[in-house]
Amino acid sequence: MSEPASALKGYPRSDGRKGIRNVVVVAYLVECAHHVSRRIVNHFDDLDVHLIGFPGCYPNDYASDMMRAVCTHPNVGAVLLVSLGCESMDRDSLLAVVADSGRPAELLVIQQTGGTAATIAAGIQKVGAMKTVLDKQQPVAMALEELVVGTICGGSDGTSGITANPAVGRCFDRLVAANVACMFEETGELIGCENIMAERAVTPELGELIQACVAKAENYYRIMGFGSFAPGNADGGLTTLEEKSMGAYSKSGASPISGLIKPGDVPPRGGLYLLDVVPDGEPRFGFPNISDNAEIVEMIASGCHVVLFTTGRGSVVGSAVSPVIKVCANPETYQRLSDDMDVNAGRILTGEATLDEVGDEIYAQVLAVASGARSVSENLGHQEFVLTYKSFEPIGPGCLPVRQA
Amino acid sequence: MSNTGEKTAATRSLILLHPEDNVLVAVASLSAGAEVTIDGEPCVIAQGIAVGHKLARQPISAGEKIIKYGAPIGSLTAAAHKGEWVHSHNMQSDYLPSHVRNKGSAHHSEQER
Repeated sequence: MSEPASALKGYPRSDGRKGIRNVVVVAYLVECAHHVSRRIVNHFDDLDVHLIGFPGCYPNDYASDMMRAVCTHPNVGAVLLVSLGCESMDRDSLLAVVADSGRPAELLVIQQTGGTAATIAAGIQKVGAMKTVLDKQQPVAMALEELVVGTICGGSDGTSGITANPAVGRCFDRLVAANVACMFEETGELIGCENIMAERAVTPELGELIQACVAKAENYYRIMGFGSFAPGNADGGLTTLEEKSMGAYSKSGASPISGLIKPGDVPPRGGLYLLDVVPDGEPRFGFPNISDNAEIVEMIASGCHVVLFTTGRGSVVGSAVSPVIKVCANPETYQRLSDDMDVNAGRILTGEATLDEVGDEIYAQVLAVASGARSVSENLGHQEFVLTYKSFEPIGPGCLPVRQA
Repeated sequence: MSNTGEKTAATRSLILLHPEDNVLVAVASLSAGAEVTIDGEPCVIAQGIAVGHKLARQPISAGEKIIKYGAPIGSLTAAAHKGEWVHSHNMQSDYLPSHVRNKGSAHHSEQER
């Protein structure tokens, strides 16, 4: 298969990155502003007007950092913040960060705008004005290596690790070879793979940090009482966490691991990165990721333009901000849910395609979606977004040896 | 997938992921009484096995590691004969316990239906 010439186009941002979408996000800064924000978004019923937000009233540095990172993600063109008025989220500095990035940015405080109906009306007017501005913006040529791609598995079963996950791994190997930054994550679902993963690190120090990172995840989940293993995983033939891990691990492909990052850290250059999503310190705020979309939000905060989502049991989700491409591992699931899937990797089990062929198909889908084609979940209007409380320490210098190279 | 000597997709019902594995994976759902081929020998399976589930490639004793992808994925808690379903009723994690929705027979009988 010949390498197709990159025909990507992106919306240029002041930080040098480019977006493959130009969406307006409406962000509620506490659950109390969620309804008003949702009504504003629903008014437009537009695939490029998205609802995001944070439900908590208490302050949290991680949540503030994630909101800043997502609101200045290259796929975002304009931002309307909706505050109730008394919550802790640092709305003025968030507004300043977005405005300083050159994006249209507005803030509505419900308590100062006249309540529910008045704020919905004001929000509709502001988003309408933002859309008029964004409609006039023209994308420019974008190199393939300006793209950042993430992968996640959800609703895994005994087929995931045989079909969809290794096929994504093949796609990742091609992307990494083309100098694209790719990331995989959920160290709690890599328990049991720490030693083979460490051997792929570009430096011995990074390998030790990866082992320590998985040990942290194991300790965290042990205290919580459960591993990252859902009843559906068992229904689908997975028996243990380490079995699920081995299957999940194959999404990473065979490239060397260039770095270990945390949510909000954007890869400094092309290569394969492991995203550590398990909080530092003693467990304080509950499970690291309450559902798949919490991990997707963290990959988006780390710059992902598009996310490859493998599923055996049949997840239907997409995401706000960055399109999600669904790769179905199980041929029986595909028969039931084909209208929700972009790629049928179950064909590997039925003998209709090889791993390499499906890997090439996923690669072609990445290029198509990055060129503006809507993914299936995106076209269905899926815009899930989950952000909860966490705490992280910054990464150490050994985590990104490529930065020093 | 067109190597000569390999069974065609239509007749292939189990795959071996790694030569050192002691379990095979069902690539299509199998009903009780189905005849499969394990390492060239015919074997009748006693219980239904859904796609993605594992069965023993050889007799395995309680306490032995289960090897899949060439790596240990847990330990057997009760002996399994060749062709027997290997899952949470006779196997456990060496790391963290797995959470299941229904402990006990409800879940297993669903698989055997």
